Amino acid sequence: MNPVNYLYLAALLFTIGATGVLVRRNAIVVFMCIELMLNACNLAFVAFSRMHGNLDGQIIAFFTMVVAAAEVVVGLAIIVSLFRTRHSASVDDASLMKL
Amino acid sequence: MENLIALLIAAPLLGAAVLLVGGRRLDAVGHWIGTLLAAASFVVGLVLFAGLLGRGTEDRTLTQHLFSWIPVAGFQADVTFRLDQLSMTFVLLITGVGSLIHLYSVGYMEHDERRRRFFGYLNLFLAAMLLLVLADNYLLLYVGWEGVGLASYLLIGFWQHKPSAATAAKKAFLVNRVGDMGLSIAIMLMFTTFGTFAFGPVLGHVGDTSEGRLTAIGLMLLLAACGKSAQVPLQSWLGDAMEGPTPVSALIHAATMVTAGVYLIVRSGALFNAAPDAQLAVTVVGAVTLLFGAIVGCAKDDIKKALAGSTMSQIGYMVLAAGLGPVGYVFAIMHLVTHGFFKAGLFLGAGSVMHAMNDEVDMRKYGGLRKYMPVTFVTFGLGYLAIIGFPGLSGFFSKDKIIEAAFAKGGTEGWILGGAALLGAAITAFYMTRVMLMTFFGEERWRNRPTPSPAEPSVEPAAEERGEHAEPHPHESPKVMTIPMIVLAVGSVFGGAFFSLGDRFLHWLEPVTGHQEGHPPVSAWTVTAATLVCLVLGAGLAWAQYGRRPVPAVAPRGSLLTRAARRDLLQDDFNHVVLVRGGEHLTRTLVYLDHSLVDGVVNGTAASVGGLSGRLRRLQNGFARSYAVSMFGGAAVLVAATLLMRAV
Repeated sequence: MNPVNYLYLAALLFTIGATGVLVRRNAIVVFMCIELMLNACNLAFVAFSRMHGNLDGQIIAFFTMVVAAAEVVVGLAIIVSLFRTRHSASVDDASLMKL
Repeated sequence: MENLIALLIAAPLLGAAVLLVGGRRLDAVGHWIGTLLAAASFVVGLVLFAGLLGRGTEDRTLTQHLFSWIPVAGFQADVTFRLDQLSMTFVLLITGVGSLIHLYSVGYMEHDERRRRFFGYLNLFLAAMLLLVLADNYLLLYVGWEGVGLASYLLIGFWQHKPSAATAAKKAFLVNRVGDMGLSIAIMLMFTTFGTFAFGPVLGHVGDTSEGRLTAIGLMLLLAACGKSAQVPLQSWLGDAMEGPTPVSALIHAATMVTAGVYLIVRSGALFNAAPDAQLAVTVVGAVTLLFGAIVGCAKDDIKKALAGSTMSQIGYMVLAAGLGPVGYVFAIMHLVTHGFFKAGLFLGAGSVMHAMNDEVDMRKYGGLRKYMPVTFVTFGLGYLAIIGFPGLSGFFSKDKIIEAAFAKGGTEGWILGGAALLGAAITAFYMTRVMLMTFFGEERWRNRPTPSPAEPSVEPAAEERGEHAEPHPHESPKVMTIPMIVLAVGSVFGGAFFSLGDRFLHWLEPVTGHQEGHPPVSAWTVTAATLVCLVLGAGLAWAQYGRRPVPAVAPRGSLLTRAARRDLLQDDFNHVVLVRGGEHLTRTLVYLDHSLVDGVVNGTAASVGGLSGRLRRLQNGFARSYAVSMFGGAAVLVAATLLMRAV
């Protein structure tokens, strides 16, 4: 199968994720969309690795997974504590950080 | 013998230090310490004078190198003293008249509780003035120049509890500063032109320098001389300086300090000789001032201010003579010395009169004092005869020579300058006769009488409010005051004849200043005769106005010229309108420019940055999704830009 198709898929996934981040209010959904974007990138890395015939892209994909795992831990903790204090998971409600 | 020169300055300097630092412990003897140290300086001066006389005519310049003051590569300022015939003349005048006036002040300041301080200041003045005339370079001269300015300031404002005295001191200091600027600029110009400011090298290399440079230096020196010697246009301080105690007026503002400008010009004679334009400016200043001062002197009712006008006028004569070049240098200095005698004598006489009259200075409240104060009358009278140039007395010899030299200038200039000097002689005779008649002759206007002019009763109560209704009891001053007056009177009688007969003074001073015989277009006898006619005319006019008729106790309104002359020929008004108002307008404009232009740029920048950031701040609204939009937008722009660059 032509590896370029994987790139199309990655672009599609990234677009879906980005749109989700911009239009959805629920913090959990936004968070999942971010994960979607990260994995789209991973897919692109792996596809490029295959196309260029070296392992650099695959190694970077592992790095990305590690960072994403750590990010999930921190991000979910923030969302949980946000929900506990404000009884809402909407990102638009948490808009106090402004002048 | 050279080593004695520093001692001349050291003695009064020590006196000043001891008296000013010593505190109240010295109150009882302070005045005698001051007088003794001044006299010691005079004795040292006499010893040096005898030493100089013992040498050959060309070998009479002594120098003493004390130490290197500012030794920098290419800039060498030394503390070196130079004693030649010119400095020696000044040293004897300063210490001699100075000692006499110290002695006089012992009596005059007897009841002043700050007498010790007064003598400290007087000694400080002597030290600074001696430094001025003994310096071997212009920078050291400048130190002395500023020193006498300081002493003058301190002494004019000695009675600082009087606001008028404090103001007068400040005025004298500020006006003098203008002249000091001239001197400092002249010294800087000298340094850039000659690379040094010692008298020898500067005056020796005049020949190799462009005339424009020399004219600039000469004019700056003239400005300095105008400030210190109260010449037009920087003359306004001298009249007010009479607020100081009378011995100060006699010593500083008549006999010595105010002649420093003449010294400066004569000392820089070689430079002025090579710059005819500057020399012409000097003569013009001298001629204008001699008439200006004389006219002011005619209108003043305050005896000291009348004498101050006279001082201005007489120094005008000296400056005029100094501007005439080698023809006049010797006569300028000769008039300076004789003037030192008779003007100091006149001021001391005026002080003696004030002492007797409860410090009243208005001559219209004097009259008929000759019976009560015979010694003062005789000494003042001799000084009077000397200053108007009565034949045989010192003013006759010195002033006559200056008038001759002015005519000898030749051409139209010679006639104008000579005519001004002659006219000045007539006015001198007028105002001095007026002072003499109003003070010592006529009815005794100081006695309490019913208001003399009932038409103007408002004048008298004011006098009573000042506590002056007590009738004064004129009395002769104590011996300690009359002896200096007698000595000075003797000097004013015989000084001129002693100097002139056999051309003694000329031969003495010629090696330093150079001399060249003037050839007036008319014979010397004609000039003398004309001077005498002027004298008789001036004195006669004064007698007709003040001797024959009684003097009104309240000054009449007078003509326009009289009223202007009473206000010092509007010099203060002129200064106020042109300089003070002008300065105010200038500062206001500058303040306005500062506010609108400079502050405008600064504040405008700050305001625009503030406004811009206020707008940028709105972007931070707290919504995470809008931040995400900006991030995506930015990333999209970056990607687009990268692709665009690739494509190009």
